[in-house]
Amino acid sequence: MKQKYIIIDVRWCHNCNNCLMGCKDEYCELDMSTGPVHSDWSDSDPQPRHGHRWIDVIRRERGVYARNDIAYLPVPCQHCENAPCMKAGGDAVTRREDGIVLIDRAKAKGNKALADSCPYGAIYYNEQYDVPQKCTMCAHLLDDKEGWLPGMPRCVHNCPTGALTFVECEPSEIEARIASGELAAYKAELGTKPHVLYKNLYRYTKNFVSAGVLVDGDCFEGAKCTIKGEGHEETQETNFFGEFKFDALEDGKYAISIDANGKKYDTEVTISGESLNLGFIKL
Amino acid sequence: MGETERLMKAAESAMTGDELGVGVKMGDTYRLTNSSTGGPVFVYVKDGKIVRMTPMDLDDKVDAPAWTIEARGQKFTPPRKTTVAQYTAGFKSMIYSDRRNLYPMKRVDWDPDGERNPQNRGISGYERITWDEMYDILAKEINRVRTEYGPASILSTPSSHHMWGNVGYRHSAYFRFMNLVGFSYADHNPDSWEGWHWGGMHMWGFSWRLGNPEQYDLLEDGLKHAEMIVFWSSDPETNGGIYAAYESNIWRKWMKENLGVKMVFIDPHYNYSAALWGDKWFSPKVGTDHALSFAIAYTWLTEGTYDKEYVATHAYGFEEWADYVLGKTDGQPKTCEWAEAESGVPACEIRALAREWAKKNTYLAAGGLGGWGGACRAGHGIEWTRGMIALGTMQGMGKPGSNIWCTTQGSPVDTEFFFPGYAEGGISGDCENSAAGFKFAWRMFDGRTSFPAPLNINTPAGQHVPRLRIPECLTLPEGKKYTWNGKGFCGGDIPHQMHKYEYPAPGYERCHMYWHYGGSHIGTMQEGNRYVKMYHDPHLECVVSESIWFEGEVQFADLILPACTNFERWDISEFANCSGYIPDNYIQCNHRVISLQDKCIQPVGESKSDFHIYCELADKLGIGPIFHEGKDELAWIEQYYNATDMPRYMKFDDFLKKGYFVVPVNENRKKTVALRWFAEGREKDTPDWGPRPNNQCGRKGLQTTTGKVEFISTSISRFEKQGYVDPHRPAMHTYVKPWEWENQKKYPLGMLSPHPRYSFHTMGDGKDSFMNDIRDHRMKVGDHYYWIIRMNKVDADARGIQEGDLVRAYNDRGSVILYAQVGQKVQPGTVHSYESCAEYQPVGTPGQSADRGGCVNILNPARYMSKYACGQAPNTSFIEVEKWNGDAFETGYPQFVTEGMVDA
Repeated sequence: MKQKYIIIDVRWCHNCNNCLMGCKDEYCELDMSTGPVHSDWSDSDPQPRHGHRWIDVIRRERGVYARNDIAYLPVPCQHCENAPCMKAGGDAVTRREDGIVLIDRAKAKGNKALADSCPYGAIYYNEQYDVPQKCTMCAHLLDDKEGWLPGMPRCVHNCPTGALTFVECEPSEIEARIASGELAAYKAELGTKPHVLYKNLYRYTKNFVSAGVLVDGDCFEGAKCTIKGEGHEETQETNFFGEFKFDALEDGKYAISIDANGKKYDTEVTISGESLNLGFIKL
Repeated sequence: MGETERLMKAAESAMTGDELGVGVKMGDTYRLTNSSTGGPVFVYVKDGKIVRMTPMDLDDKVDAPAWTIEARGQKFTPPRKTTVAQYTAGFKSMIYSDRRNLYPMKRVDWDPDGERNPQNRGISGYERITWDEMYDILAKEINRVRTEYGPASILSTPSSHHMWGNVGYRHSAYFRFMNLVGFSYADHNPDSWEGWHWGGMHMWGFSWRLGNPEQYDLLEDGLKHAEMIVFWSSDPETNGGIYAAYESNIWRKWMKENLGVKMVFIDPHYNYSAALWGDKWFSPKVGTDHALSFAIAYTWLTEGTYDKEYVATHAYGFEEWADYVLGKTDGQPKTCEWAEAESGVPACEIRALAREWAKKNTYLAAGGLGGWGGACRAGHGIEWTRGMIALGTMQGMGKPGSNIWCTTQGSPVDTEFFFPGYAEGGISGDCENSAAGFKFAWRMFDGRTSFPAPLNINTPAGQHVPRLRIPECLTLPEGKKYTWNGKGFCGGDIPHQMHKYEYPAPGYERCHMYWHYGGSHIGTMQEGNRYVKMYHDPHLECVVSESIWFEGEVQFADLILPACTNFERWDISEFANCSGYIPDNYIQCNHRVISLQDKCIQPVGESKSDFHIYCELADKLGIGPIFHEGKDELAWIEQYYNATDMPRYMKFDDFLKKGYFVVPVNENRKKTVALRWFAEGREKDTPDWGPRPNNQCGRKGLQTTTGKVEFISTSISRFEKQGYVDPHRPAMHTYVKPWEWENQKKYPLGMLSPHPRYSFHTMGDGKDSFMNDIRDHRMKVGDHYYWIIRMNKVDADARGIQEGDLVRAYNDRGSVILYAQVGQKVQPGTVHSYESCAEYQPVGTPGQSADRGGCVNILNPARYMSKYACGQAPNTSFIEVEKWNGDAFETGYPQFVTEGMVDA
């Protein structure tokens, strides 16, 4: 049957946190002196006012001033097909037919190990209710056709850039998009087969090398730059700032050669967990 | 009906608007409408409580269709949904917050009939009193001050962005009430315009926009022609223009993704827009942006790549200015190498930008709105602004492919449909401190059954206090008076901003009572500890705080009036429409959405709407019927509705049921691109509010004396000839270094503190809100959510600071305890921390110790931008940062500003 997915494009996340705000708006208990206020969802316990981030937007800065960038990675529960929490929680964690993974509040009560079992850090422990909690993909809203017309989780509905989208489709469609390289799982090496999938994940997980090419002291546009390394070969022309930026690089050694209208330069670089700003290359 | 009869009838029927909005049933909830500073919303209510708040999905079955723009062979049409800002998405947490003022409160040792103990403000605590007791005390105090000193002896001013709604908001209900009671208004400096107001206006006019440019129909123009956009001190993903949430995000996506437009960012901070869109980022040292603009002009002059024909016919004083740029008059050519030495930006890259700019169709996004930008609120704000206008002029702004356009305004919505903005006076009809006099007041009040409440004290001839000098004025030593030139929000004629004032005004008594609406100044005004020092001064006999939350400076009040949010009362408004000094700025939105603001829930605790408080206090003061005219909030809203173009489309009763209206696209509207008329030497044809006919010749030309862009300002030249020589605002656009530069010798780090991303000024921050959980807003260490300072790893390493450390940022003005975020978002030597936090939480003695609320404005200079420009300049500030050792750093009170203080 059709499965539910959240697709997150790292390219378009600019850390507004409207997703987190929408999530907290839906699930938090606002206990104040005049009495508790919270939405009544799926007969579950409310999220504490502070401290949980059921969708956590984490930042990664790459490079060094002024050839640097930032990627923001929203991480909710990944709704894994091979969910580590299901192994840790036994029958306290269930996977619906549509792919949504849910924690049963009664069966999970007191089970702190469940919170620790998630390799994505997406399960939080609610000390007040003594229960592990996490993103539900807003299952109660998706099931409420009359009360919730947008038909998508709150985080997706609040997203202003299109970074988050909600998809209901056959697994084969998603598998094809993964095979084509368009979509990827975060921490795919875990083999969890998540239902939250990312576009442009390299912005968060991989690295770049960049520099500005100068000829006679001025930025040189149109220099032919080539990078070669294991499994990666690419050619770019420098822009009007004389810059090239080779991105999505795995760790390893790379050879870079530059040809600025006959003036040539060759260098070797090693990417090791960090992006590189080579500064100006003066020819 | 005679006047007496009308008033008697009014008194009988004064109502409180207890009834709640009904909305549309959605499953087991009801969906109501409301709106906010961050966009209109659907509000889901169940059992008298708000369960959720969302952006609005438009309904193709009933809502007017969207526009389409065709450009470069593609069609562009916006999503059928509104966007919200994060402080709107998390608003529920501010409604249901233990930081709410739930009851009327009186400071325990403030006795209006005995000892007032001003020294204990912020220390002694509060007792709960009833509303009746509160009104009795207030009426007695107001009448005492009025009969002892006169009505001008009550000082009052609101926060800039308190709530949303055209009837209940500050330009409306607040001014109506205060004008009837009588008060001296603390004039706001234009804290988002500053350089455009004090500098730009003297170069190209636009006084009715406080110096900002018009932006009509620039979206289509940009989609058709733009090849590059230079964003200079511009972060549209943070500020969204103003009030427009993320409406324009899709426009930049079209340009970048569909059309391949290059985007270059110039900002000391690697801002969120730069991170999302930037092909290149320049980070000039704070206070040096104008070195870059001069070097770009130098490059164009020496390479002959500017629009010489345009300049010859559209600029005044250009040749003399060009000689200065080339160094012929001061011996310093403003080369790219010179600019590198000043700003730290590589000369070769400045030159590359200048060349590409001249070659390609380039739009200059100077600031985030069309004007504005952190650089305009700085010691070099006047000259940065003039530099932007100079560059625009040199590339023929107004022609297809060249303009000053910030990508946040210019959608093709219907500008002919009349619905006023929040600053158009609402129910006050105040034509002096709001824009009611443009059109709206004449449609709102018939002069038979309903009347405006104009002001009679804060007129040009009456009493004024500048907001940045509230502490100095309220504590004025005997035998002294305070003098200054200029008023921020005044845009009738260019020289109005040069008017000379003194406090107390001739014939007026000083202020003895202070009534503040909201409590934001310690976070939003500079050298914030001055405000605390003021509260402890015995000159101040009574402090009233009308505030929703116990935050900021509310803790120093003697009496606290618990107001409610606009989700707990009725109102009406339009998405992003605040016009006033930003005419027609709903052109930021993809759809003109006019919202009924349903009363979604009853006010929390014993809080009341501002209107309700005013009604009851006005009754106590004997002016109730004049204030409310027997109408409750809904009746005022209906009167307001009928004064707009809404009845042409919808009956009020239907509007009450549906809750919102999307203004249809007007296919017959004539498209008029901003400044195209100027470029082409035609009569002005845009729907803009100015210039007035007497400021032009035959409706042609700019508002300046010459009608041209004045590289040597005639209005400043005349002022200089009258003896008002201002070294930081010379008549000619000049490279003037900010005066704060001197402080760098002692404090090496330049601090940038622009308007924040995750709150709207103080709205959204603190209040125990959800926003506290946003990693880039505040971070929790121990039991406290600390405000963030961003610094480069080089500077952090040199000080032994790591990400997550608590640090003390300090200079001679005070200390603020912050959370260090270490990375590459600023260049070495620069730090960044947003202004406008809502919390003021002194570690030790209030006003005399470090603040861990996060008010970095405590460290920013309170000095005016220049001698005769009384704007603020927080974005040129120098500080040092060290790891915090936990001390309170008791350093005593700050000094008051003495400039302008003379013998009476």
